Amino acid sequence: MISFIIRRLALSVVLLFIISIISFFIVTLTPGSPYPWGELNPKISAEVKANFRKKFHLDRPLHEQYALIMRDLFTGNLRSIKDDRPVMSRILERLPATVALNLTSIVISLSFGTLLGVTAARYSGHWQDALGSFIAFLFIALPGFWITYMMVVALVKGFGVPILGTHSYGIEFPNSLGSGLDTLWHLLLPATILALGGIASQSRYLRATMIESLREDYIRTARSKGLAEEVILYKHALRNSIRPIIAGIGMVLPALIGGAVVIETIFAYPGMGRLGYEAVLERDYPTLVALNFVVAALVLLGNLISDLLSAAVDPRVRLE
Amino acid sequence: MRRFRSNPVAIASVVVILIFAFTAGGTFLLSITGHQWPCNPNLTNLEQKLLPPCPQHWLGTDNLGRDVLSRMLHGASISLTVGLIAVAVSLGIGMVVGAVAGYFGGIIDQILMRAVDALLCFPTFFLILTVVALLGPSLLNIVIVIGLVSWTGTARLVRSEFLTLRETEYVKGARVLGQNAWHIITRHILPNAAAPILVTAVLGIPDAILSEAGLSFLGFGVQPPQATWGNIIADGKTYLLDAWWLNLFPGLAILIASLSFYLAGDALREAAESRS
Repeated sequence: MISFIIRRLALSVVLLFIISIISFFIVTLTPGSPYPWGELNPKISAEVKANFRKKFHLDRPLHEQYALIMRDLFTGNLRSIKDDRPVMSRILERLPATVALNLTSIVISLSFGTLLGVTAARYSGHWQDALGSFIAFLFIALPGFWITYMMVVALVKGFGVPILGTHSYGIEFPNSLGSGLDTLWHLLLPATILALGGIASQSRYLRATMIESLREDYIRTARSKGLAEEVILYKHALRNSIRPIIAGIGMVLPALIGGAVVIETIFAYPGMGRLGYEAVLERDYPTLVALNFVVAALVLLGNLISDLLSAAVDPRVRLE
Repeated sequence: MRRFRSNPVAIASVVVILIFAFTAGGTFLLSITGHQWPCNPNLTNLEQKLLPPCPQHWLGTDNLGRDVLSRMLHGASISLTVGLIAVAVSLGIGMVVGAVAGYFGGIIDQILMRAVDALLCFPTFFLILTVVALLGPSLLNIVIVIGLVSWTGTARLVRSEFLTLRETEYVKGARVLGQNAWHIITRHILPNAAAPILVTAVLGIPDAILSEAGLSFLGFGVQPPQATWGNIIADGKTYLLDAWWLNLFPGLAILIASLSFYLAGDALREAAESRS
């Protein structure tokens, strides 16, 4: 187990290196002016431009730029073009909101995905199964921004329910329980919309593995013992089918964080997705490089955790 | 194939896809011959702005008095083109990488698969957004970028197919006969891996359509005045309370089109799996 973790961490370092190179070159090699004020602005003197280039190392050759960016990233000196604050602190202040949003969305998609998948497998071949697949594909095919926008307008304008941001604006809560529930409420809608795709794919996966498990001998044994159908499904079959879903959580993360760009923008939710969108708008390339790096590190960490979790859930899994 | 044809959901979704394709293609063909059907999608008429659905404008008009139905029909050809070409790009790259990695194995396989692992860590939509925003949004850029970031799944699939097919008797036989790698890959292995590759291709089309719609919504899609489903919604969001038809119909079009592709792809997968 320890040696598994060490080897995975070593592999992660290699992957992060490749990722940093890819994201550096994507951001720097694309054509366009690096200046926040535009290439041909006549009010900006050549001296100011030269200072800017020097400050962000743009006067160096590419491989030196890369080395300097990585050095600054790790020493915490990498600064945003937009507000000259350290990039790392800009990202870290968004991190808790992003982690909360993604964890909530994973919990939602796991619970509803399991419910949908088990039901579809239980009635495999019947109309409930067909309906389950239809719902799953409907969830994947829904354009997230569209349904979100309609919901936000309906709830905010129609019923005056506060759902934007992380807290209700202008309301004082007498105790921490109230404000905590308020934060949770603000998390719930964006997390649910983000979870739709996960619910769909997890239910499809689970349905396939559950149908296989339900053919096993131990299920027949359990049935002949006279156990309740729910016990057979959720205790015997599910425990033997859930492992690929848990191992797959890490793979869902990139889609979640990517999808969050649109959802966070609409909900005015202060997560890393919106930070990325703002950085794209401002061509703030130190932030973009650092953001890609941090997201990739989060994804690798998520993969490792989900592998460890799947080993914890299913004792047949040997980590090697 | 018989299994696919006897599946009512599959038939229905193929019919829907064909309806979309024919109306989009028909509108496009009419527009290059100079006929604008049902109206010119870019003809503004401020006296008729924000009209709800009525006999002249079946799906209403937008804030500049443009006919929503015409704009959606012209947007349909953009969405379908994006879907098809992006999938073609990603399929091309994915098949080459997967085939090389799976057939040759060893150190080449290791390098290619680590690159795939690294790409899989990027948040896909954010990556597309970054590159499109930096390159400048145009139809060509969007299609290429979506294709360039979405080939990893195909590469993995093709590789795993190759790993199994490589060990089959007929491939060994071909190798003993002294046929070269190119011949074995294209004549013996690829045809036998065609079914699962086709399935990923069909399932990739709606992904690309949804990505383009999301980009358009953020303002980095195909640029106005060219109508796309995504930018009709994006333009209409300001008027959502007064003009629900600007939001509802293009959204439904995206939903129905991508749902049909997913259902057709899933039926195809089922048919392919039951054959083997």
